[in-house]
Amino acid sequence: MWVDVDLEAVGVRGLNERLHAISAGVTDARWRIRNPHGLHNIAVGADSPVSLLIEGHVGYYCAGMNKLANITVAGHAGVGLAENMMSGVVRVQGNASSSAGATGRGGLLVIEGDASSRCGISMKGIDIVVGGSVGHMSAFMAQAGRLIVCGDAGPGLGDSIYEAEIFVRGSADDLGADCIVKEMSREQREGLVSLLQRAGFDHDPSDFRLYGSARNLYNFHIDNAASY
Amino acid sequence: MTDIGINPDQIDLAEYRQSATFPPNVIAEIQRAADQGIYEIRGWGPKRKLPTFDDLAFLGASLSRYPLEGYREKCDTDVVLGSRFAKKPLHLKIPITIAGMSFGAISSNAKRALGHAATAMGTATTTGDGGMTHEERESSETLVYQVLPSRYGVDPDHLRACDAVEIVIGQGAKPGGGGMLLGLKVSERVAAMRTLPEGIDQRSACRHPDWTGPDDLTIKIQELREITDYEKPIFVKMAATRVRFDVQLAVKAGADVVVLDGMQGGTGATQDVFIEHVGVPTLAAVREAVEALEELDMHRKVQLIVSGGIRSGPDVAKALAMGADAVSLGTAVLIALNCNRNIYVEDYAALGTKPGFCHNCHTGRCPVGITTQDPELEKRLEPDAAARRVRNYLSTLTLETQTLARACGKSHVHNLEPEDLVALTVEAAAMAGVPLAGTSWIPGR
Ligand SMILES: Cc1cc2nc3c(=O)[nH]c(=O)nc-3n(C[C@H](O)[C@H](O)[C@H](O)COP(=O)(O)O)c2cc1C
Ligand code: SF4
Repeated sequence: MWVDVDLEAVGVRGLNERLHAISAGVTDARWRIRNPHGLHNIAVGADSPVSLLIEGHVGYYCAGMNKLANITVAGHAGVGLAENMMSGVVRVQGNASSSAGATGRGGLLVIEGDASSRCGISMKGIDIVVGGSVGHMSAFMAQAGRLIVCGDAGPGLGDSIYEAEIFVRGSADDLGADCIVKEMSREQREGLVSLLQRAGFDHDPSDFRLYGSARNLYNFHIDNAASY
Repeated sequence: MTDIGINPDQIDLAEYRQSATFPPNVIAEIQRAADQGIYEIRGWGPKRKLPTFDDLAFLGASLSRYPLEGYREKCDTDVVLGSRFAKKPLHLKIPITIAGMSFGAISSNAKRALGHAATAMGTATTTGDGGMTHEERESSETLVYQVLPSRYGVDPDHLRACDAVEIVIGQGAKPGGGGMLLGLKVSERVAAMRTLPEGIDQRSACRHPDWTGPDDLTIKIQELREITDYEKPIFVKMAATRVRFDVQLAVKAGADVVVLDGMQGGTGATQDVFIEHVGVPTLAAVREAVEALEELDMHRKVQLIVSGGIRSGPDVAKALAMGADAVSLGTAVLIALNCNRNIYVEDYAALGTKPGFCHNCHTGRCPVGITTQDPELEKRLEPDAAARRVRNYLSTLTLETQTLARACGKSHVHNLEPEDLVALTVEAAAMAGVPLAGTSWIPGR
């Protein structure tokens, strides 16, 4: 049973307040959020395995710091979608603006369309699957987790990357400092296949290339001065 | 001793002539750069002389004002922080808080000691650029949780567990710079908390990953309020640079409290050029910030915490008199813990320094167990005794501040005002906006 929540009536505060009031044990709450109208901070700080379907576009930080919840946006998303997400699943059926999945620490973020610049910036364990392309400086300082791009990657991909893994199906011609093409291990390939499946994309894993850190910038060294 | 081992006291100045342009420390730095090919990284704050609160003095009461009786007549010290929007503002017993210093930069024992001392004094401690440890949450009755550009360890459960949230835009030691933690300090635990490989030289971002500019900050503040159900005060911490504009923009963005860190602000590690050459001295920053708040009719409505080089009761009292609501301490509480104490002298020597001169927090080899992650070194800081020292120190600062306030006839330290101050130098008069002693002259006014 879907419960209808009209954002025009309850406002962002009303929605988030109810969301936070759901007790930890509840697993089957299903809410349909109407009239999001691009508002900011919709469904931030969720802390229970509730399912939300947001019918329309959302502004900044939708699903920010999400824990456990399963949130679908039937529309486009503004800046900082699912920033610092911890767990759960967030899916956007349209495109996402810059810094999608920024600093995310866990869970799965699926963007069915394109993501703008800095997708996965400073990511810390989240898995992000983008159906289209990502903009410049995506996975900047990405620390851990996987960014899968089914389209192309913009300039400066993976600049100053740590241990995150980036899989790109299309072109990635301009890599950031310390980001290199890597051999894909069997485990990495299997992980890719399962993530694509979970995200609902039917691509051949062998069309993807893996990018990661050359680890040359991990410790200060005089010969790398130009990259600092 | 200068950096190249010449003791100026033993030099016959009639025989040797030092260059004003290339004195021994400049020679040493050029040669260090030539040897290493990279900027100097170090801890602490600036070593050069800057205008400070020492350049101000109080006009005690006399015939035109009457003082309060020391010890007998009350002089309150409490402060409320975050009364603008937060449902649960902080109510501290003293207007002196402990600044954010990350677990990673400082040891777990140091965190614990600071927490216990702050709790005993009825004040707050602050996390830092590495997330919240259970030790600091347990030891600190009131804990401010920092959200920095790096977002290391940011966890919504910690947001819910803290008492206030501090969005860090910058620090006085490195305005415009990101965090830094060298490999020796990136221990297994520190690395896990920050999701980084162990032992790397961590450089973190200088800009927040998901917002730029004041309009975005407004939305970010709203997000944090939404997540914490509007309970916790939101502080915005900035380095003192373009103070007037930055303070007003932070207020407009919805901050409950502005934390302003002046040029003297200390650090665990950054480039020396940042420490010495970027920012505005705390003395000038306080006045600019207070005027910026007054212009918006927000003085005392949005509280102002100032930090950067606060050492003594007189510093606290002068900052309050100029209009700050509270001050925050970093380096000084580390010194109270034991930083630069004259013990383990051989370990200072191994770092190429000696007690009184050490700024080697960045190395992770802190001789007194404060800025280290080495279990053996950390044992040198016994948390209970260290907490007692910090508590004694905070208590001294409070008594000194009350002493000065009573002498000016004030029954609350917040009743101190610029009118109680004079400047001892023309520069301080101009920066602090108080008259040069013996005149009614404020340069530029
Ligand atoms: C060892 C050390 C570590 C610090 N770590 C942080 C930090 O993690 N986050 C932050 O905002 N400021 C940090 N600071 C700066 C302090 O919060 C504060 O702004 C500064 O110490 C105030 O100046 P003072 O040292 O002269 O008191 C650190 C300072 C020191 C000394
Ligand atoms: S004694 Fe320790 S805390 Fe103090 S400056 Fe030296 S290394 Fe830093």
